[in-house]
Amino acid sequence: MSFHSFNPVAAVLLIPICSAALLAILPGYRITARLNVVASLLTFLSALSLFVIERPQPTPYVLVDDLNIVFIVLNTFVGFTTSIFSASYIAHELDTGRLTPTYLRFYHAMYQTMMFGMNLAFVSNSIGLMWVAVEIATLTTVLMVGIYRTHAALEAAWKYFILGSVGIAFALFGTILVYMAARPVVGEGQDAMVWTLLVEHAAHFDPALLNVAFVFLFLGYGTKVGLAPLHAWLPDAHAEGPTPISAVLSGLLLNVALYALLRFKILLAVSPDAIAPGALMVTMGLVSVVFAAFMLYRRRDIKRLFAYSSIEHMGIIVFAFGMGGPLANFAGLLHMVMHSLTKSAIFFAVGHIAQVKGTQRINRIRGLTVTHPALGWGLVAGVVAIAGLPPLGIFMSEFLVVSSTFARQPLLAIVLVFGLLLALGALMLRLTSVAFGNPRGSKAPVEASYVPMFAHLSLVLIAGIYLPAPVVVWFRHVAILLG
Amino acid sequence: MQMHSLSFDISHTLAGGLVLISFMMLYQDRLYSLLNVFALHALVLALSVAWQAYAQDAPHLYVTAAIALVFKAIVIPVALHRIVKLLGIHRDIESAVGIGPTMLAGMGLVALSMVLMLRVTAEADPLAREDLAFALSVVLLGLLVMVTRRNAVSQVVGFMSLENGLVLAATGAKGMPLVVEISVAFSILIAFIVIGIFLFRIRERFDSVDVSALDDYRGERR
Repeated sequence: MSFHSFNPVAAVLLIPICSAALLAILPGYRITARLNVVASLLTFLSALSLFVIERPQPTPYVLVDDLNIVFIVLNTFVGFTTSIFSASYIAHELDTGRLTPTYLRFYHAMYQTMMFGMNLAFVSNSIGLMWVAVEIATLTTVLMVGIYRTHAALEAAWKYFILGSVGIAFALFGTILVYMAARPVVGEGQDAMVWTLLVEHAAHFDPALLNVAFVFLFLGYGTKVGLAPLHAWLPDAHAEGPTPISAVLSGLLLNVALYALLRFKILLAVSPDAIAPGALMVTMGLVSVVFAAFMLYRRRDIKRLFAYSSIEHMGIIVFAFGMGGPLANFAGLLHMVMHSLTKSAIFFAVGHIAQVKGTQRINRIRGLTVTHPALGWGLVAGVVAIAGLPPLGIFMSEFLVVSSTFARQPLLAIVLVFGLLLALGALMLRLTSVAFGNPRGSKAPVEASYVPMFAHLSLVLIAGIYLPAPVVVWFRHVAILLG
Repeated sequence: MQMHSLSFDISHTLAGGLVLISFMMLYQDRLYSLLNVFALHALVLALSVAWQAYAQDAPHLYVTAAIALVFKAIVIPVALHRIVKLLGIHRDIESAVGIGPTMLAGMGLVALSMVLMLRVTAEADPLAREDLAFALSVVLLGLLVMVTRRNAVSQVVGFMSLENGLVLAATGAKGMPLVVEISVAFSILIAFIVIGIFLFRIRERFDSVDVSALDDYRGERR
């Protein structure tokens, strides 16, 4: 394939789906785990090439613009680092017999299918195709959450399936309503589902229909984002599945649903008479932040703890996008990227910790920095970052969200700050008991791959200290697109 | 004009029939009869989609109708029948809420969807309007079945009837693309879940597929 005929969009879709087929056939841990890493790396490189190669023109099915490049690159990067973590994590699970070789094949095939689904959701220009892609990604994660087939895992998978399906059903109803709104203006058939055409003509759509459509889309995709009170599936799914899946759930899948919401938000912003979607998003975002902050205090399971922290952070992001305007959108985007990187790094650490200690109970894990310095301090750095302390990246994005809100809606900002401080307290409380004090639990050495965790954390640190100018320019541009 | 109103009446009757059958699902207290009612639901959906395919002159919708007929009206009910028999759970459905309140809630939901959809779609063509109102009713009633039942099999039936409502909405929206793909995607989803229920039992992971029994295993971790 010559350089000119290389199509990055086809690559980010074809590499995962072809390797999924291959991984389903190939036996053996060594080959498949490596193939999984190589495939994820190739996908990431193809995604990066979107920056250099001239973008394909939007077609009825595929769209590449400034907004989704950010999502695709982040998605494939975290997918790649998680595949490295997954290789060492899965080796341990095979040793302890929690996974059999057959399930391992299934796991790897599903991992790549999920990457395919998420990438497809990002590049699709048709809102129908986007819905199908989100469904593929959901289905594969449901199957992976239940992969250990314990009672708890099956219950989590069942709950996730039921709530996730109701969510995507509502999203489909909303999608149909958008089509109904577009049909008289754009014309019958395929065109009335093409997002780029919808945005061009949205000003003439029936605003009442568009409003109802957005409410359904918000409830539907909002369930998948994990906004309170639609979050019930999220903690269970994070806690009972394999930890690499917790990392991609928090770091990536929540972003996919968020991305879908943002696309429709842009659509509504074009229509002059439609409701402002901001109020809905701000309310649900704030409720999620405060609710999750309170819930953090009562967690006894370390993976559940960080799952609730994901709800809190998705709340912050949705709040920021709901406030709108260049500055809040910029902060929301930055916060999304920082949260994905930090949360997956934390799950990398937590995965190894749970394996070496043989438990996820917080009160059975103590003194990690003494017994396992690299893991322990990695976790400390991750939690300090996620709690929003300086000088890490999340501090900066949270600061931007809060300060831009103070300028416009001081009351909302006070509620937000209250939630943030509450969450900070809970996380610090748990962190001190887990990381410091007299060691408790197994002191066995751990065969961990630290590279993904520290790579993520150093990116977050760099972003907190100095955000490179091209990134700032790019994000600013996207923030203006988001309106 | 005569033809138009006849076609309108037929699709109207079929969509209204779906809402009625959704109501019938609410008060079934045996799993077998619930499955039979669901098969009827899928049959009426298949007829309705086939009628839309004919009325809109959209041959690809016949594929969706065929999927509804073969997969949802025959294969899935038969498979679920066998699972129910295998698991020995053909006793009464443990409904979480009584029949009276459930029916009242159902009526409330239908009224809600009528008011909502008829108001906001005032400018759309009448066929699509009423179709959407019926479809939303079926979706909400399916949701009601899901929340009032604790048994995993009846929850799946509730989900499938919800999905029938979505297919009704999608086929009623004239010229909507990807309808066939979406119905295939849904069928795959359902197939996975039915296989899932089946497999879990075969491996004797559950003593019953009652979801409330699952709650016990959650223990004190929460």
